[in-house]
Amino acid sequence: MSAPRTLYDKIWDDHVVQQDPDGTCLLYIDRHLVHEVTSPQAFEGLRMTGRTVRAPEKTIAVPDHNVPTTPGREGHIENEESRIQVEALDKNAKDFGVVYYPVSDIRQGIVHIIGPEQGWTLPGMTVVCGDSHTATHGAFGALAHGIGTSEVEHVLATQTLIQKKSKNMKVEITGSLRPGVTAKDITLSVIGATGTAGGTGHVIEYCGQAIRELSMEGRMTVCNMAIEGGARAGLIAPDEKTFEYVKGRPHAPKGAKWEAAMAYWQTLFSDEGAHFDKVITLKGEDIAPVVTWGTSPEDVLPITGEVPAPESFHGGKVEAAKRSLDYMGLKPGTKLTDIKIDTVFIGSCTNGRIEDLRAAAAVLKGKKIAPGMRAMVVPGSGLVREQAEQEGLAQIFIDAGFEWRLAGCSMCLAMNPDQLSPGERCAATSNRNFEGRQGRGGRTHLMSPAMAAAAAVTGHLTDVRELMGEEA
Amino acid sequence: MDKFEKLTGVAAPMPLVNIDTDMIIPKQFLKTIKRSGLGKNLFDEMRYDDNGNEREDFVLNQPAYRHAEIIVAGDNFGCGSSREHAPWALLDFGIRCVISTSFADIFFNNCFKNGILPVVLPQEAIDELMEDARKGSNARITVDLESQTVTSSDGNTFHFEVDPFKKHCLLNGLDDIGLTLEKASAIDTFEAKAETLRPWV
Repeated sequence: MSAPRTLYDKIWDDHVVQQDPDGTCLLYIDRHLVHEVTSPQAFEGLRMTGRTVRAPEKTIAVPDHNVPTTPGREGHIENEESRIQVEALDKNAKDFGVVYYPVSDIRQGIVHIIGPEQGWTLPGMTVVCGDSHTATHGAFGALAHGIGTSEVEHVLATQTLIQKKSKNMKVEITGSLRPGVTAKDITLSVIGATGTAGGTGHVIEYCGQAIRELSMEGRMTVCNMAIEGGARAGLIAPDEKTFEYVKGRPHAPKGAKWEAAMAYWQTLFSDEGAHFDKVITLKGEDIAPVVTWGTSPEDVLPITGEVPAPESFHGGKVEAAKRSLDYMGLKPGTKLTDIKIDTVFIGSCTNGRIEDLRAAAAVLKGKKIAPGMRAMVVPGSGLVREQAEQEGLAQIFIDAGFEWRLAGCSMCLAMNPDQLSPGERCAATSNRNFEGRQGRGGRTHLMSPAMAAAAAVTGHLTDVRELMGEEA
Repeated sequence: MDKFEKLTGVAAPMPLVNIDTDMIIPKQFLKTIKRSGLGKNLFDEMRYDDNGNEREDFVLNQPAYRHAEIIVAGDNFGCGSSREHAPWALLDFGIRCVISTSFADIFFNNCFKNGILPVVLPQEAIDELMEDARKGSNARITVDLESQTVTSSDGNTFHFEVDPFKKHCLLNGLDDIGLTLEKASAIDTFEAKAETLRPWV
């Protein structure tokens, strides 16, 4: 028998096409997801060299970053550059024959939402996309990570990537989460503990009781932000919840193939005694609802905290924290719950799934957003939107005063009309609070959908547990 | 891709930690369908004020650094998004080498695909090179990929590690898609085997 292997080791071993003596590998890619921003130069590269897409049936394309989220957007994107990018994807998908979900298709949505939704993402696969939040698909026990445009071209042409193996890192969340605490609080708390470079050079496997207790949606939220902790990929071993989620999806295996797949998928776990180069353990009970105060996802604090003083940090972080506070317009010692909010954004590949909308709607039911508040919900896909309408969630949002939008990346990265103005302060369920991320001069506080909904109601950052009544 | 062999040039000091790819090239410039022309928007929001005028205090706007070819940066340079527009913008401005204690993985990889050399050195070396870079355009730093060394203007030399395959590609300006396509038969064999082992994929 071979030495005990981690889940990452197993998936890796099953995808090595060729290994050079120095450890450089040619790794086979099972699924290649493509969107309009990081692919035009790659398709152009193929044209210029006369190359083709090796496996168009394994290549899935969708426009998401640039698309407006307001009605009447089909064929009418006002911004010329955005329109050209989406039209380029329309043309490239057609010319090269890849699977495509255009804006007009109800299955259109954020690439990391629709991959799992359509059953393209399956346990044990290698999945790549020219987008760092590809780590999302790791929730299924798939090795999934972001790549640059040159690598997009490489995968299009060869269905492989040239890679060296990363190190193994284990992040264990023991025990159970307390009420009001969600997957988003786990993933932000991990980044707060490790820093944004804590996972650099590693693939993270998330495990422990609190992870097992999460739904597939919650697990996707956790893995989504592995990159914010520096890790290219995050993984969770598949279990009954995973199989239940996958079963019956349009591109999931059926019949005998399903049985064969199940037999294989049940071998996808880290063996007893497998070696991890780095281990982090957090207690589920210790995790509180958190928000970010600065301009790096590692700037995380429990909502009960205060804006920190830059001097409380070390090294280069002192200057970075000063710069962050200046940008964010915050003073040390301010209670986080005293920070007033102008805008609430619920959506993104981190928190744009049905469970996220249910969590936010549960807080908002029968309530109104604060006067003057601008609030929007952007479902992660057309199908999430449809389901939310059927469940009555859309009406709760609309009654509360939220705008009910069409699917897309929206205000997560402001490549479309949904943007913050300079100085505008936003409670966001997205993944990055970088300077300018949501619009030049915009100020972002990251949090869970329930926390964002709570802030929409009160007009300031709020501990959602205070709005939850008895059960908290 | 242009080769990278040896470079002697002005280095711009950027000691800030966690310089992310949204800072390097903000999202509004990702709407291009070309690789070129992004240099004028490199570090756009740090480099220009709201009216589009240059901010005098930003390092690349200072006369000594307007033609910098090297950046000496704080920890975790290039974190965030996978956008290859970040190395494209650096390259278009004229930056061929970034030196830091650490880089985000995807950015690091993307540099090598574009003829940019990211150099990892320990904190002490970065401290010394940062001081050197602060001396302005008379202090030129030399980066030699073949010998894997960085030499400060005072003649202090620091050795760095680099992956042998990436070094080979960069020294020779190789297109790795071409290299992989030569292995097409190995990919065919793998696909045939995978079809038996995992027919549902």
